Amino acid sequence: MTINEAELEGMYSKYPDKVKKNRKKHIVIKDQAAAPQQIEANTRTIPGILTQRGCCYAGCKGVVLGPIKDMAHIVHGPVGCSYYAWGTRRNKARADDDTPPEKMLNSMCFTTDMQESDIVFGGEKKLAAMIDEVVNTFHPSAISICSTCPIGLIGDDINAVAKAAEAKHGIQVLSFNCEGYKGVSQSGGHHIANNNLMAFVVGKGAREKVGKHVINILGEYNIGGDGWELERILKDIGYDINCVLTGDTSYQDIRNLHLADLNLVQCHRSINYIAEMMETKYGTPWIKVNFIGVESTAQSLRQLAQCFQDEALTQRTEEVIARETARIMPAIEQYRKICTGKTAFTLVGGSRSHHYQYLLRDLGMEVVVAGYEFAHRDDYEGREVIPSIQPDADQKNIPELHIEPDQELFREGHVHLSMSKEKFEELKKKVSLNYYEGMYSCMKDGQIMIDDFNHHEIEDLIKILKPDLFFSGVRDKYVIHKMGVPAKQLHSYDYSGPYAGFTGAIVFAREVVNAMTTPAWKLVEAPWEEAEPKGGVPDA
Amino acid sequence: MLECVPKETVEHTVGKINPAKTCQPIGAMYASLGIHGCLPHSHGSQGCCAYHRMHLSRHFRDPVLATSSSFTEGTSVFGGAANLKTSIKNVFEIYNPEIMAVHTTCLSETIGDDVATMIKQSEVPEGKCVIHANTPSYKGSHVTGFSNMCKAMVTYLAQFDGGARKERVNLIPGFVNPGDMREMKRIVHDMGIDFTMFPDTTDVLDSPLTNKYEMYPKGGTTVAQIRDSGNSKMTLSLGSYSSDAAGIALQEKCGVPCVPLDIPIGVKATDDLIMALKKGFGVKVPDELTIERGQVVDTLIDTHFHYQGKRVAVFGDPDIVIPLTEFLLTMGMRPVYVLTGTPGPQFEIRINKMLDGAGITERKVKAEGDLFDLHQWIKQSPVDLLIGTSYGKYISRAEDIPLVRVGFPVLDRAVHPLMPIVGYRGCMRLIEMISNTLLERRDRDSLDEDFELVL
Repeated sequence: MTINEAELEGMYSKYPDKVKKNRKKHIVIKDQAAAPQQIEANTRTIPGILTQRGCCYAGCKGVVLGPIKDMAHIVHGPVGCSYYAWGTRRNKARADDDTPPEKMLNSMCFTTDMQESDIVFGGEKKLAAMIDEVVNTFHPSAISICSTCPIGLIGDDINAVAKAAEAKHGIQVLSFNCEGYKGVSQSGGHHIANNNLMAFVVGKGAREKVGKHVINILGEYNIGGDGWELERILKDIGYDINCVLTGDTSYQDIRNLHLADLNLVQCHRSINYIAEMMETKYGTPWIKVNFIGVESTAQSLRQLAQCFQDEALTQRTEEVIARETARIMPAIEQYRKICTGKTAFTLVGGSRSHHYQYLLRDLGMEVVVAGYEFAHRDDYEGREVIPSIQPDADQKNIPELHIEPDQELFREGHVHLSMSKEKFEELKKKVSLNYYEGMYSCMKDGQIMIDDFNHHEIEDLIKILKPDLFFSGVRDKYVIHKMGVPAKQLHSYDYSGPYAGFTGAIVFAREVVNAMTTPAWKLVEAPWEEAEPKGGVPDA
Repeated sequence: MLECVPKETVEHTVGKINPAKTCQPIGAMYASLGIHGCLPHSHGSQGCCAYHRMHLSRHFRDPVLATSSSFTEGTSVFGGAANLKTSIKNVFEIYNPEIMAVHTTCLSETIGDDVATMIKQSEVPEGKCVIHANTPSYKGSHVTGFSNMCKAMVTYLAQFDGGARKERVNLIPGFVNPGDMREMKRIVHDMGIDFTMFPDTTDVLDSPLTNKYEMYPKGGTTVAQIRDSGNSKMTLSLGSYSSDAAGIALQEKCGVPCVPLDIPIGVKATDDLIMALKKGFGVKVPDELTIERGQVVDTLIDTHFHYQGKRVAVFGDPDIVIPLTEFLLTMGMRPVYVLTGTPGPQFEIRINKMLDGAGITERKVKAEGDLFDLHQWIKQSPVDLLIGTSYGKYISRAEDIPLVRVGFPVLDRAVHPLMPIVGYRGCMRLIEMISNTLLERRDRDSLDEDFELVL
């Protein structure tokens, strides 16, 4: 099922000329023969377009920082920004030995609730006073301050407030200048969060490295318990998980992030900065993984095992894959019978529209339209395009850190993985170390990649391609339902989960089948509205 | 859950911890959706619009479409005029609404964008219109935003043509669900009075799933109706925080007398609405309403022992909490903690007066409070029942107190936007929810030997 140029032109025809010219660059029909095909991404949203994008603050506080469970995240600004990021991202977390229940602050919402007079006279004193009260009441491990749009405009110096509070209270107070207007989407906020965590938190811990095969999982936010399912599998195989960034993680864990031998990158867009900076600073190699889907989980586990060249580990990997696959495949096969041949759109996240294609293929489904709200070109086209991306003014507003190798802690990649240089070079040929191929290579000819998708395009594409399922977020979900297409939220999993790993595949498959087969879809047309049967012969 | 919240009272003088309010633009966006064929537009950076759409979608489980001026850093420096003009052009060409309702954000407010002038300088297609409300997030709450957009509907659209007044009432329903608006309309309709309700989100945010998608559902007050509201005989503004500003503006602009009332939650507030209509239009109250009222009284008598004397904590938007507290007192319950996040002096005055009248002396009443305040009070002296929005569920779990979900937002229960809590039918529903929640709790907590079939 594909789309032709005429249909695409029809879709563009509603646009004013300037909009049309702009949007054409963001939509690519895959054509292997014409490769490489370029897509425009990470550029300004057109004003007045019904976009699904959020803001810099949402990326910084909402995505990356928010899940850190033992920190008080104070949002400096009027009440709304903090309120909307309160409990809405589903980053599951629980108390443990390092974080006792009274230190768990992840269900709290702290806002300076700026008032008109604060905007006029400045809010620094208010922020400082709030930090004092929060520290005295909650004794957090550390504090983050995220600034919102008006704070940047009135020029409150949150960095100075943070510094003074840090000296006063003896805990780290991190400031994030992540005003909503920065950059072009939530992506800028990911970058700002990554920068500050790297500059001020990572590598400051004093823990000793424990274990033989020590890994971090980066860009995993434990939505619906995904991180816990991955921990279950990886621990069972024999890995020591140093830190999951940032799902169900603690401040102390992040301080000790540097102790890992290898970084696994799950969400490329939100965390590739830290992966890269750690490679420069500590020499830590990283590997892009995808734990969404049965086949892709197995493949990621095998790639991971290869990185350590340990026979016992490799053998255990195969045992776990065999055991888990045998456990889930009978159920998956049942669901597959219903799903086979069906089509879907995936329009979500910074790697998810790519990742879920594998799980859907496990179920016999094809993704015909896929896109992201806040991706960069490399998320689509692969990291080799990074040097050729021309930064524009909006991207230049997000600062870059200049990282140097750490004189004490830097070790070469092969030392991290306890192998010779030669073996390491061989390994690089087998697994994609420090590389992400992007979504494009996963798609088939005729399928569509769409960047910063909007309401008008989605409405048209649904009419033309008539997908059986639509995956995106809550802002689309009910619109799509009214168009007669089942929609599943992949931001929040419709409040279910996990969807990752082996257990997640079953949960996902069951819910996908339920979404398509729920009996109410047969009731959409009232009996008195059904067309008269042709020839006047009633149905038997 | 919430083990971090201490029992002893702590110094909490600045900011909000677990706020009981949110910002103006979301209320303005909701009000805008109550105009037929309206596309709300958020003038600021696009995150606000994304958040507001997300939150409204979660509460109503229905489409919420809105556009944004998508400010970037440069726009913030040079002002948003170019972005708004481009937005207006693009919105009408691509999405073709009848009307665009622009609200500001704290970003465009802080840089001082003069939206009214920008709209005047924009090209608006013939027959279409653009209205705007200033909704700085650093003032008031989401209720204030709703109020400001209702007022904008009047200031931009309403007109008095100078002729005889039409035998018609304007109803400004307050920040309530479509189910509530539908019930209010039914009452006025049953009384045989012609009316215009604005905003009206019925058939917009409770729209049916049919086999045809419409970007603009059939509901909402038309621009023509809002225009003509200036010719009505009277206005009832329901809820002083959310509706009075529009009612007063209409009185000043078009001379339509405005009668301020509470949102008709509970017997007294519903009686007041019906009496105001009876008095204003000289109509007879239909038997149906008299019967419904009698049923409420009958039910209250029959079920009072389920809830009478129970200590209850209520929080939410002031226009909901004020009449709700009145009804809880009618039920014989004891509202000992009553809190709203929205600022404004009326709330504490009115609640304290009611509680004084009922002899409830040991109590805490607070406007501009937060849920950390409420949690601390409950920790120090518990209640039997909590009534408020979904955000109460953390306290409910931490302190093992049942929660009845009422107000905005309810993010974790089904069907609520369609079910009224206003009018006599709404009284029935509140009694049902409160009674059954307490009875469910009694069943759960009772020992085997105390477990009984009939309660």
